[in-house]
Amino acid sequence: MSAVELRNLVTGALAGPPAPGIVPLPVVDVRAYNFWYGRTQALFDVTFTVPRRAVTALIGPSGCGKSTFLRSVNRLNELIAGTRHTGEILLDGVSVFAPGSDTVDLRRRVGMVFQRPNPFPKSTFDNVAYGPRLNAFARERDLPARVERALRQAALWDEVKDRLDGPGTGLSGGQQQRLCIARALANEPELLLMDEPCSALDPHATQRIEELIIELKQTYTIVIVTHNMQQAARVSDYTGFFYLGRLVEFGDSNQVFTAPRDERTEAYITGRFG
Amino acid sequence: MTVRALRRRAVSALMTGLVAGLCLLAVLPLLFILGDLVAKGASSIDWHFFTRSPAPAGESGGGVANAIAGTGVIVGLAGLIGLPVGIGAGIFLAEYGAGRLGFFVRFVADVMNGTPSIVVGIFAWTFIVKPVGHFSALAGAVALAVLMVPMIARTSEEMVRLVPHSLREAALALGYPRWRTSLRVVVRSALSGIVTGSLVAIARVAGETAPLLFTALGNLNFTTDVSQPMQTLSLQIYVYATGPFDEWHRLAWAAALVLMGLVLVLALFARWVTRERYGAR
Repeated sequence: MSAVELRNLVTGALAGPPAPGIVPLPVVDVRAYNFWYGRTQALFDVTFTVPRRAVTALIGPSGCGKSTFLRSVNRLNELIAGTRHTGEILLDGVSVFAPGSDTVDLRRRVGMVFQRPNPFPKSTFDNVAYGPRLNAFARERDLPARVERALRQAALWDEVKDRLDGPGTGLSGGQQQRLCIARALANEPELLLMDEPCSALDPHATQRIEELIIELKQTYTIVIVTHNMQQAARVSDYTGFFYLGRLVEFGDSNQVFTAPRDERTEAYITGRFG
Repeated sequence: MTVRALRRRAVSALMTGLVAGLCLLAVLPLLFILGDLVAKGASSIDWHFFTRSPAPAGESGGGVANAIAGTGVIVGLAGLIGLPVGIGAGIFLAEYGAGRLGFFVRFVADVMNGTPSIVVGIFAWTFIVKPVGHFSALAGAVALAVLMVPMIARTSEEMVRLVPHSLREAALALGYPRWRTSLRVVVRSALSGIVTGSLVAIARVAGETAPLLFTALGNLNFTTDVSQPMQTLSLQIYVYATGPFDEWHRLAWAAALVLMGLVLVLALFARWVTRERYGAR
């Protein structure tokens, strides 16, 4: 048994909401996941589950493995030479690393929004239609409806509906990030990974994205990495605290932020380090 | 304070003047060449110059139509062979060239970039002219293609590398396989740069003479048959300029002016293509 599991047992902090009622089925089930960049181990024995239709925030100081973990879920890390892993990440009960499993299909089901808005140098419409066009599950004549739906979900439709043919890179930073969210949503993913989606945005644009995240969790499961603890407290239902490559604490956000079980979590949340 | 400010201003003016002077010095040869070409060649350029093949030695009134057509055919053919190989190699180097093979290909390309063009001519002579038994435009085109490939490969590599990593990741995260990401996103974004590099390479080989001397050889008659010897502007200039007749010297100047104009047009076209990069799309 791993140290994390042991501590979880002792403290009774097994993942899941403490509130009564139906415990949602996990979307992502991480089991004893270790990850190496060459000889450097970046993640140690990470074990937790991501509940469905909720926002899970991952917090922690820079370089503690939050993004590495996020990029493990859609296997984007594999593009870096010399990386390896042990352990399992299950998506809806099936390992994302299963032999013969297809990264194309995996990445369609797991959308990702990056730190900096990165729209393609194409029109707004083409940006959103990019995923559906590749995956060929939408016919060309269905595309406009699908693009509109994704843009509405990303709360961008009203701002861009008159200039869908304009360049996506010509939008403001906050709009570009919502465009990137729409682009990810157009694939109708089961899971949305967000890697510090607001770190390059001003407070107003940040607020828009946060409202959007809260709205999207009605339909989607979201995992968000953030350096902003207020943001994590505002938008998330569950919070995991990463420190030096280990998942130190995972639980209901209220509990993590008001009564952290681990002293390192408390020290980080109260701003004593990080 | 004011003394220091004055001193700064003086140093600034001195440096600006120095740099401007050096810049002028660098451009001066080009201006001289252009001026000389126009002065000595422009008067010989008339309609016949573009429409007729050379007149027999000693007679006047011939043109260089055969050489202009030949340059077009040979350089076009060289591009047809060299562009796909060069651009493909460049994309490979940028996208998959991290390993030992990439290092090797890059090293070979750098060595080839420094190879004298006459050596490439000998290469084409050995492997095409000699086995086939006669000189041909095709052999010349192959020699020029060999010259182009390393140039295009290296510039294409640089252009593909300039594409931001975030754009790559965006496509990969949407589920695009790596090769499609390379082609649809990365190469598309680098396209204008690749086109510019290719045009510059084409312009450079268009003026090559040495590798054509014992491959395309030259031909006094108009031909578009690539299996036969063919004239190019550079070969024509070489023959006319070293010949004994004043008429030939005159035509050599005019041909040089046309060749220079051709290269200039290609360079301007390359500029125009890069300008597109900053447009809406």
